[in-house]
Amino acid sequence: MERISKDQVRHVAHLARLSVTEEEVDTFTEQLDDIIEFAEQLNELDTDDVEPTTHVLDIHNVLRKDEKRPSLDREEALKNAPDQEDGQVKVPSVLE
Amino acid sequence: MKFDTVIGLEVHAELKTDTKIFCNCSTEFGAPANTHTCPVCLGHPGVLPVLNQRAVEYAMKASLALNCEIAGETKFDRKNYFYPDSPKAYQISQFDKPIGENGSLEIEVDGYKKNIGITRIHMEEDAGKLTHDEYDDHSLVDFNRVGTPLIEIVSEPDIETPEEAYAYLEKLKAVLQYTEVSDCKMEEGSLRCDANISLKPAGQEEFGTKTELKNLNSFTNVHKGLAYEEKRQEQELLSGGEILQETRRWDDAKKETTLMRVKEGSDDYRYFPEPDLVTLYVNEDWKSSIKATIPELPDARRERYMEEFDLPAYDAGVLTQSKNMADFFQETIDEGADAKQAANWLMGDVNGYLNSHDMELADTELTPSSLAKLVTLIDKGTISSKIAKTVFTDLMEQGGDPEQIVQDKGLVQISDEGELKQIVDKILENNPQSIEDYKNGKDKAIGFLVGQVMKETKGKANPQMVNKLIMEGMGMDA
Repeated sequence: MERISKDQVRHVAHLARLSVTEEEVDTFTEQLDDIIEFAEQLNELDTDDVEPTTHVLDIHNVLRKDEKRPSLDREEALKNAPDQEDGQVKVPSVLE
Repeated sequence: MKFDTVIGLEVHAELKTDTKIFCNCSTEFGAPANTHTCPVCLGHPGVLPVLNQRAVEYAMKASLALNCEIAGETKFDRKNYFYPDSPKAYQISQFDKPIGENGSLEIEVDGYKKNIGITRIHMEEDAGKLTHDEYDDHSLVDFNRVGTPLIEIVSEPDIETPEEAYAYLEKLKAVLQYTEVSDCKMEEGSLRCDANISLKPAGQEEFGTKTELKNLNSFTNVHKGLAYEEKRQEQELLSGGEILQETRRWDDAKKETTLMRVKEGSDDYRYFPEPDLVTLYVNEDWKSSIKATIPELPDARRERYMEEFDLPAYDAGVLTQSKNMADFFQETIDEGADAKQAANWLMGDVNGYLNSHDMELADTELTPSSLAKLVTLIDKGTISSKIAKTVFTDLMEQGGDPEQIVQDKGLVQISDEGELKQIVDKILENNPQSIEDYKNGKDKAIGFLVGQVMKETKGKANPQMVNKLIMEGMGMDA
């Protein structure tokens, strides 16, 4: 049974902005299919009375006070930017 | 064929916290680009966001003021998308367990009242600010705004006209300002609105295809954009066309909406629970302690002003629309001004000045105390209402003490009968024709004579007294 289609793989790759060759689509489809199959073992468990778990730690309501602390220097903040101009990150045009 | 219009609004309001929602960087507006960032809001690997308690409490406060139920258990989710304004490539938002749900807001349009449902209010982080260079092929990103706490308020599709949309926004803004959770400054982007609009044949249950409007940077533009889009869709449908699910942009210069993009399929944000943040439980104690901080809201204040100061519904509505105006009015009265007079000044000259100068009350030099003194000076007859207008302009622009201004500029009204009589007599002597005219039934002649006295006294003569003296001078009963 096919658990994931090639089109889904292409779609997911597009959402992740990954360019994939047709050969890679074949490989990933097969591999992802295996991964999903593996995860499907979980379906064997009866989880009817189990609350959905969004977090494995038994802690909640972690909050902090609304108090300012120093931010990074601009130079520091922009260190990883591939390109910059006037203290801003320069990116290809995204004008819609 | 007649159509029904269906409008739903999504409003984003920045919460007025000192720091961002998940880190301690300042949220101050207008700082130099990229000076309010840290590894957390820049989305560096291995960092841990920690939720700002005040942001949660403001979101709860807004939700309660908008009659929402507060979730007993709430959580955050990742909304995944690529865009240069988001350094993490996801936005931390709330998907299936928003902080508030099932609220409502009462609006009033053209004398009818209506409840607009509020589907949900959720918390999320703001994105960075992009500026586009039209001539050069690049955009610039300032990450200062990344992580500023936002609430998104989603209305039910209960809005049926652009006017209702406008009234809803005005009311929503008032509530958010009264509760002091947001500045709601559209020009600074602390309040933003997207609108969904569709048309369906009158009476039909099923909704038509909707378009989404963006770039609505003022309430007036929301109104204009929706009115334009309502018409466009109607014409399209009447001519046998089809409405496509698309995002359109309001072009204020051209006064039309233009296509931004057609939506193919639904957005695929792949929401999943945010693993870096834990579940948040809101118990009854916490909820009631927040509820206790909600001040008198616009509707209640309007009712009170009508009762306490005997103001007409319309006046009370105008004065309570913004908290600043409502507070200013209250303080002016506390400073001893007559309520009716204070209301007239604020609704008339003050609002007129603000509108024509595109200013807010806080941007002027006027204070409740100076307005109260001005009103009292008129009441006591120290200055005429005409002179008061020039003093008013001074108060708006330079500020100061009205009594001092009146004294320094020699604007005190002449109410000395002997002094006025001399002037009146002189005017009567120089204008025998007007007296003749008046006696022959031309009532207007008196206006001319009063005008002459005013001219002579540079507007300072007490008008009632001048009238009386002119009548007496002409040998008539005053």
